[in-house]
Amino acid sequence: MNGFFDIPSDLQHSYAGLIGLHLREALLPVLAGLLLALPLAQLCVRFRWLYPPVLGATTILYAVPSLAFFVVLIDYTGQTELTVMIPLAVYSLVVLLPAIVDGVRSVPQETLAAATAMGFGPVRRYVQVQLPIAVPAIIAGLRVATVSSISLVSVGTLIGNQGALGNLLADAQKYDRPELAVNSVITTAVLAIACDALLVLLRVALTPWMPNGTRRRPKTSVRQPLPAPQDVTR
Amino acid sequence: MIRIESVTKRYPDGTVAVDRLSLEIPDRSITVLVGPSGCGKTTTLRMINRMVEPSEGTILLDGEDIQRRPVTTLRRSMGYVIQNAGLFQHRTILDNIATVPRVLGWGKQKARARAAELMERVGLDAALAKRYPYQLSGGQQQRVGVARALAADPPVLLMDEPFSAVDPVVRKGLQDELLRIQDELGKTIVFVTHDIDEAIKLGTMVAVMREGGHLAQYAPPAELLSSPADAFVEDFLGADRGIRRLSFFPSAELPLTTGPVIPADATAERIAAADAPWLLVTDAEGKPLGWAEPADLTAGDIDPGRLLPHGRPFVPGTDSLRAALDCAVLSPAGWAVAVDDAGRVTGVVSQAAIGEAIRSAHAAGHADVAEVAS
Ligand SMILES: Nc1ncnc2c1ncn2[C@@H]1O[C@H](COP(=O)(O)OP(=O)(O)O)[C@@H](O)[C@H]1O
Ligand SMILES: [Mg+2]
Repeated sequence: MNGFFDIPSDLQHSYAGLIGLHLREALLPVLAGLLLALPLAQLCVRFRWLYPPVLGATTILYAVPSLAFFVVLIDYTGQTELTVMIPLAVYSLVVLLPAIVDGVRSVPQETLAAATAMGFGPVRRYVQVQLPIAVPAIIAGLRVATVSSISLVSVGTLIGNQGALGNLLADAQKYDRPELAVNSVITTAVLAIACDALLVLLRVALTPWMPNGTRRRPKTSVRQPLPAPQDVTR
Repeated sequence: MIRIESVTKRYPDGTVAVDRLSLEIPDRSITVLVGPSGCGKTTTLRMINRMVEPSEGTILLDGEDIQRRPVTTLRRSMGYVIQNAGLFQHRTILDNIATVPRVLGWGKQKARARAAELMERVGLDAALAKRYPYQLSGGQQQRVGVARALAADPPVLLMDEPFSAVDPVVRKGLQDELLRIQDELGKTIVFVTHDIDEAIKLGTMVAVMREGGHLAQYAPPAELLSSPADAFVEDFLGADRGIRRLSFFPSAELPLTTGPVIPADATAERIAAADAPWLLVTDAEGKPLGWAEPADLTAGDIDPGRLLPHGRPFVPGTDSLRAALDCAVLSPAGWAVAVDDAGRVTGVVSQAAIGEAIRSAHAAGHADVAEVAS
C-alpha cells in the first residue's frame, strides 16, 4: 500500500486520473490564452497604437502573484479548478500575445503588399498569410506557455487541493511518504517534456515550407527571465 | 485605357510624392514609368490599384472613375508584380500561382490546372510545381510572380521594378520573356523601373519622371533618344544616346555587296578577281569564317585558324543599324557581315554605307522613327 504509484485516497484519483486532471488544468488555460491572443494580436498589428498599452496591461497582470489572483478569485469562483485555470490562462495570454504579434510583424512587406494587391481583405490576409507564416513563432510561444502552465498547476494545491499532481507534495508531508514528492516532481517534468516534444513535432508538420538544415530557430519575444516554475509566491 | 488626370499624392507627413500628374496609358501595350529613386513611380503605380489613394485628381479605367469600383474587385482585375516577387513562402509554387483564381472562387482542381498552364507560359519547369519559394532561384521566383499576376487573366498588369533584384543575364532573359508573353497576350502593362535601358527596351511609351513626382517627358523611346525635352531627360538618358538610338533604325535597306566574299576553297583567279583590300572567307555552307588580306591567302587551301574574327553578324530586317554598325566597328576590314536566319552570308556592307544610312534615317524625321519603334 506504500508503492510509488499508490495515491492516497484523500486525492480521490488514481495515478492516471491525476495525470489527466493535471493536463486538463494546464492545457485548457493555454488553449483559452491562445484563442484570446489570436484576435487581440490582429487588433494590435492593425492598430499599432494599441499594442503598447495592451502589452503594458498584460505585463502588469503577469506581475501579479498567483496567490493574490487566487485570493481575489476565490470570492467568485470558490475552491474550484476554475480558480486555478483563470490565472494560468492570463499568464498564457501574456506569453502568447507578443509571440504572435512579433511573428505576424516579421512577415515581409513585399508579401503583405502582394496579398493586398491581389485583393485580400484584412481578415483573409491575417488568416491565410500572416498567421501561417507566424506559425514557428506562435509555437515557440506555445512551448513556453505550456511548460510553465504544467509546472504552475501544482500551486492549485493551496486552493482546496486543486493542484492535481501538485497535491502529492502536500500528501508527501502529511503521510510522511517522500516517494510521493519524487513521483510528483518526476511526473510533472515528464509531462512537460512530452508536451514540448509534441509541439516541436507539430511545428515540423506545419512548416514544410521552412528551409531544411538552416531551419532557423523561430524568432520569439518570449520575455525572459521567466519565474521559477515551482515558486509558490507567484 | 487608363487615364491619370492631374493626380497629386501628398503623404500624411507632407511629402508630395506625385505632383499634378496626367498620363494616358494606351491599351494592350507596355507603358514604362522611369526615373531616379524616390521620384514617385511606386506611388503612381499604387494609385492605379488603390493601394495608395490620391490626394487630388482622378484615375479613370475605361472611362470610369476607379473610386466607383469595390477596391477588392478592382485589384483582382489587375495583376501586380513586385521586386523579389513577394511570394507566399508557406505555399507551393502551384498554389502561389493559383492564389487569385482561388480568391475568385474557382475550384481547387481548375485553379491548379490553370496554374500549371501558366507555369509553362512563363517558362517554368513543371517539376517545380510542388516546391516552395525558398527552393527557387531569384529569376525563377520572379517568373512565378509574373505567372501569379497573370493567373486570373486580368486585362491590366502593374509591374514595380520586377527585374531589378536579379543579375543582368537573368534580367535580360526575363525581359525577353515578358516581350514574348506580351506579344501573345496583349495586356495593358504599366511597368516601373529606374533603369533607362530597360525602359527603352520594353516601353512602347516611356514616361520619364523627376524628383517631386513631376512628369519630365512622355514619348516613345526613339523620340526620347532623338529629342529629349530638357537637360534632365538628356542627362538621365546617359552618354551614348546617339548610338542607342540606332536600335530604332532598321538595317533592311543597307546596300549589301558580295564582291569581297569568297569560299574557303577559292582559286587564285577568284581571289584576284575579288579585287578588294579585305576578303571574307566562308565555309562550305556559306557561313562566315573570318577576314583576311588577299596576300595572306593560299589559293585552294585557306587555313581558317589564320583568319581574323568577323564580329557578330547582323540579320538585315531583324537587327537594327546599331547591330550593323557594331559588327562593322569590330571587323578589321571596317565592313559588317550580313547573314540570313540560317547564318549564311548574304553580303557585306562598309562603315561608309552604314554612315550614309544613318544620315538618311535621321533626315527621314521623327514620324518614321516612331513607327519603327512601335
Ligand atoms: N508611406 C509614405 N509616407 C511618406 N512618404 C512616403 C511614403 N511612401 C513614399 N514616400 C515618399 O514619397 C516619395 C516617392 O516615393 P516612391 O513613390 O516610393 O518613389 P519611387 O518608387 O520612384 O522610388 C519619396 O520621397 C518617398 O520617401
Ligand atoms: Mg519604387
